Amino acid sequence: MAKNAQEMAQTHKAISISEFFEKNRHLLGYDNKIKALLTIIKEAVDNSLDACEEARILPDIYVRIKQLDEERYEIIVQDNGPGIVEKQIPKIFGKLLYGSKFHRHRQSRGQQGIGISGAVLYAQLTTGKATEIESSTGDGNLYNFRLKIDVSRNEPKIIEKGKAPNEDAWRGTRIKFIVEAVYREHKQSVLEYLKQTAIANPFANITFDSPNGRHVFVRGIEELPKEPKAIKPHLEGVEIGILSRMAHQTKARTVSGFLIEDFTRVGKKTAEEICKNAEVNPKTPPRKLVHDDFERLIKAIKKTKLINPPTDCLSPLGKDALISGLKKELNPIWVDAVVRSPAVYRGWPFQIEVGIAYGGDIKGSKVMRLANRVPLLYQAGDCAITKAVTHIDWKNYKLSSKDLSEDPIVIFVHMASVWVPFNSESKESIASYPVIIKEIKLAVQECARKLGIFLSGQIKAREIVERRRILEKYADDIARALANLTGESEEKIEKAIKELVEWRWGEVQEDENDAQQ
Amino acid sequence: MPSSKAKSQKSPSEIEKKLMEMAKRIVDDIYAKRNPAIELPIRTLSNVYFDEVSKLIRIGDRKSIRTYMNMAHTRKFMQTVLVASECKKIMDQQVTTSVRDLYYALKHTIKGSKENTFDDQSESDPIIEDLEAALNTLREELNLKTDRKGYLAGGVMINDMGDLINAKKMGSSGWAIPSNVEPEVIKFEDVSADYILVIEKDAVWQRLNEDKFWRDHNCIIITGKGQPARGARRLVNRLHKEHNLPVYVLTDADPWGYYIYSVIKQGSINLSFLSDRLGTPEAKFIGLTTEDLKEFDIPKNVTIKLTKEDEKRIKELMNYIWFKPKEWQKELKHMAKEGFKMELEALSSKGIKFISKEYLPQKIENKEFLP
Repeated sequence: MAKNAQEMAQTHKAISISEFFEKNRHLLGYDNKIKALLTIIKEAVDNSLDACEEARILPDIYVRIKQLDEERYEIIVQDNGPGIVEKQIPKIFGKLLYGSKFHRHRQSRGQQGIGISGAVLYAQLTTGKATEIESSTGDGNLYNFRLKIDVSRNEPKIIEKGKAPNEDAWRGTRIKFIVEAVYREHKQSVLEYLKQTAIANPFANITFDSPNGRHVFVRGIEELPKEPKAIKPHLEGVEIGILSRMAHQTKARTVSGFLIEDFTRVGKKTAEEICKNAEVNPKTPPRKLVHDDFERLIKAIKKTKLINPPTDCLSPLGKDALISGLKKELNPIWVDAVVRSPAVYRGWPFQIEVGIAYGGDIKGSKVMRLANRVPLLYQAGDCAITKAVTHIDWKNYKLSSKDLSEDPIVIFVHMASVWVPFNSESKESIASYPVIIKEIKLAVQECARKLGIFLSGQIKAREIVERRRILEKYADDIARALANLTGESEEKIEKAIKELVEWRWGEVQEDENDAQQ
Repeated sequence: MPSSKAKSQKSPSEIEKKLMEMAKRIVDDIYAKRNPAIELPIRTLSNVYFDEVSKLIRIGDRKSIRTYMNMAHTRKFMQTVLVASECKKIMDQQVTTSVRDLYYALKHTIKGSKENTFDDQSESDPIIEDLEAALNTLREELNLKTDRKGYLAGGVMINDMGDLINAKKMGSSGWAIPSNVEPEVIKFEDVSADYILVIEKDAVWQRLNEDKFWRDHNCIIITGKGQPARGARRLVNRLHKEHNLPVYVLTDADPWGYYIYSVIKQGSINLSFLSDRLGTPEAKFIGLTTEDLKEFDIPKNVTIKLTKEDEKRIKELMNYIWFKPKEWQKELKHMAKEGFKMELEALSSKGIKFISKEYLPQKIENKEFLP
């Protein structure tokens, strides 16, 4: 039966983000029960590491996965971070898109404030169970909550709340989820995620009690990385919608002041040049700007030569930490790392660092992709890192196969940025900006060259051993022939040949005179 | 019984001494922890020259050093020592053996590997030549023989290890020329012939033998069946040197036939160190030439079109210094220009006995030779 417009209008209503998520959980990494388990742990561990780092605490992370039923698991993630103040706990865990990281431009693991509350919602949707949170800032009180999310309002629903004396002054946060999930230890597993996390965060201690036993990733260095700084956005990447929103929220009184104060690296001269080119009076109050003004401003910004954003806001792992992480977790025979200088995409500074580990305990080849110290385990094919690495002909670097299919090698690529351009909300792959691919490629190639030098040394060493084998192989026959010719003792000659080989076998014998041979 | 043992031991020959000296130097190198080396004359075009005085191809001074520690040489070094040792063994036993026997005597799997000392005879033969060159000797003096190749008939009485052979009474097959024709084995008792005719092809030799050409023209006819082996070349060299017999060569009119002539005359690149013993610089080329087609009115339809390879080989011959005489340059140019070659059998188109009754007598009578 046909409906009229009025009837149709009745069916239109706002949807809450929680409702949206309920129907579109795959967008946040909950496509299946195996991946869901990983996503939950990832969100919790990322938050713990972010919090520890911001509070300058060396992290001790404890993760436990316990099977309760065939497809039902209890997940515990506990840290020694700064703890969460009582009144923030419900919102952080019980409201989607609530966070401290979205509006500031600073390198961190989390970005959107959607992850951990998404995990709470997933638990609630699959098992109906509330999530338990215990936290203390290290004072006398230990707070505990049992939380759910009111899906239609996107607000926390407190099922139970308690306060206990914190007698031994424990500090940190502990979360317990009960979810429907499946635990596997394949290549895109919790175990692999924690291993890569341990490599990328060698200053953290991570203990993992899996359903199959305990794994301990011991801290390799005692130093936290440099604290990243927050920066204002850069004009280069700004789009019309963002510009108009920022203009309406700014505290500045003039357009020129708005450009100078709300963006990074804009001076008076640049601001005036932009206004002149856009035919906008620099003294205009930003709130009075209309759509046409913004369009002209955007055009003018594109024409103006802008100073690159500052790059001291980034905190790469650094060469030593990277090497330390790869060594302790992979036990390779060779490892090295390359840290590129910062570069800029669409106004956002970013930095690429690459570590390569070869041989030793490594079996087969693997590319480890990381963004802001977080391992990316899915959507490898869409990732800028995969694209950059697969375009390299590895035979040029003395590896035995063009595509690494026969080499024991781990290529670890980390992108640090105040804003990592992910292909989707579930943050599984990096978007393929040409400048990002180029930077990755240059870093990988530089590191691969170092590996190539090592490998050609190895090849040479093998050749020397082979040469010795050939020389010794003929000793017996030659000794017998020479003994017959000279009357000397065969044993004596053979012994002397072997001594000669021992003495001189390492020498490189070039074919200096091959005209006749 | 020490006395009988002492009796059976002969004193080592000059060649044996050279072999032992070479081995002694190698052993001294090994004891002194030096890289053991064998010095070998280089036997390629880059190290031969044409001696204008003797008119022979001679080997140059350049040597290659085959060393044990050079991976590109190691296997050949081992092979050289093995061949040297085997030669000493057979000389000790005072027997001779064929190069094929030597190959089999030395071929075995190297202990602790799947590798053979020699994979086939083409590996051991060049080593023998290396040793001949290094010791400046003939393989026959190393008690090695090659397969017999080549036949002879005509006015010569040969003493072959005490057996008297009349080369006029060899029937239809002729006397097979042995590998070793050195004076210790072969002596010429009586030489009645006036000259030697060397023929490339066995079939043509048989024709001339059947026609008793050697009797009618008082000569010796020899065939090497293609490129003559060293026995035949050495025999020609000795008959010429010791009995002053002129030597005439008859081959196909093609670059390969002309090269056979040049090897009989000047020696070869590969055995350039033996040219004194194997070359006969006074030999003359009697035919065939492409000019003969016109001169003897041979029908054009018996000629063969030159192949690409023939053309390439003609160019190479024209560049060899021993083909520089103007008569040869003229002939080669003519062949290339006319684009044909001719086999000896083409003469049969004028009648089966044309070669023995007309062609050769006329050429020899008029001294129509190429130098």
